[in-house]
Amino acid sequence: MNPVAEFFPRDRAAHPPAVTPVYKTSVLRGPHLPLISLQNSLSEVTGPVFGHHELGPLDNDLIRNYAKSGDPIGERIILHGRVLDGSGRPVPGVLVEFWQANAGGRYRHRNDTYVAPVDPNFGGCGRTITDAEGRYWFRTVKPGPYPYRNRVNDWRPAHIHFSVFGTGFAQRLITQNYFEGDPLIARDSILATIPDPAARERLIARLDFNASVPLDTLAYRWDIVLRGQRSTLFENKLAGN
Amino acid sequence: MITPDALGSLPETPSQTAGPYVHIGLIPRQAGFDIFANNLGESLLTPATQGERIRIEGRILNGTGAPVRDALVEIWQADSFGRYASPADRQAGERDEGFRGWARAGTDFETGLWAIETIKPGRVAGRHGHRRMAPHVNLWIVARGINIGLSTRLYFADEAEANAEDPVLRIIEQPARRETLIARREERDGRPVHILDIRLQGEGETVFFDI
Repeated sequence: MNPVAEFFPRDRAAHPPAVTPVYKTSVLRGPHLPLISLQNSLSEVTGPVFGHHELGPLDNDLIRNYAKSGDPIGERIILHGRVLDGSGRPVPGVLVEFWQANAGGRYRHRNDTYVAPVDPNFGGCGRTITDAEGRYWFRTVKPGPYPYRNRVNDWRPAHIHFSVFGTGFAQRLITQNYFEGDPLIARDSILATIPDPAARERLIARLDFNASVPLDTLAYRWDIVLRGQRSTLFENKLAGN
Repeated sequence: MITPDALGSLPETPSQTAGPYVHIGLIPRQAGFDIFANNLGESLLTPATQGERIRIEGRILNGTGAPVRDALVEIWQADSFGRYASPADRQAGERDEGFRGWARAGTDFETGLWAIETIKPGRVAGRHGHRRMAPHVNLWIVARGINIGLSTRLYFADEAEANAEDPVLRIIEQPARRETLIARREERDGRPVHILDIRLQGEGETVFFDI
């Protein structure tokens, strides 16, 4: 049988290539041989389903989900947007996970040795499931920039890591988003792995003044687009049907 | 800003590396702290799970042959009847209702080894006009230095007959490269372990798919 709705082939020009010398770690970790092109089977169009009952009530509130003695230090922000597919349709009911450094640019991670302090009230991770219109939102503090070992003086712009599921495992995506106006964006080696400037722009969250909470929290908006799916109108006849 | 093309299609959001701290977001206990009551993808099996219990494990090796010790592996597989726990699987027949088929694990910070306790998947229908696929586990690998998630498959050495007619293995032109996807089987404490080392580049580079 052909799968019910195959995904459009991924446009690799929208993504970074596997080996990008500007980001040195990729040089030994990126495959050299061409990927083997695979038409979707059931193994690619299917994917895990997650339910609201699997998440906790504070999972999308990074200001509160690890608070011990008070709120974490930092600029209070809301990050929100929609998960859409390539046809512009919302993708409801999918798991979105996010993680980030604290306001000082330090991760709560045993391998992070940056001098900025760990915030005792900040875990730095959360997750949510998109609503019926494909919307996600969470509250956090704006992450700080931090240095990392690539070129001698490389700094990451403020960013949040995102992991997104679609309806099929072929849509699986991990990426990072950035914040409008950050002067480090133009200097970032990780963002520079994406050759197309228009594609890089799509990772930048915009200040969404109208979504802010007056006297409390600023808001940024960032939409995520997953691969589109062929319309079932053009589906081939199924075997045995 | 996301600008539709002339026909109204939206371009996919570009991938970025998962970075060295992927554990925080997806497997926070490996990062060194507890935050969620429910850690997604940590375990697949319950006493009710049907099928042969197996362990799958391996290392991920970089271009110098050194293990990558900060990678994350996700698996997606059918149940023992060859059915996926997904509404997009419309095959007829029995299924194991409680089996999610999805899990994730980090490579160990010291040894570079990842491992997942699961069951041997059944055979899944192939595309129209093709034979059924051999039992396989879909793997998705992300890490620092991997700019876009890598898709590959783990097949089983003790399924030689099914592997020989698998429509996906057969599209790999060089038979020697097919071997990069076939886990070797060992017995450990009387239980089967299927071991697959993934080579990111260089001699014996694993087959990765553009799915």
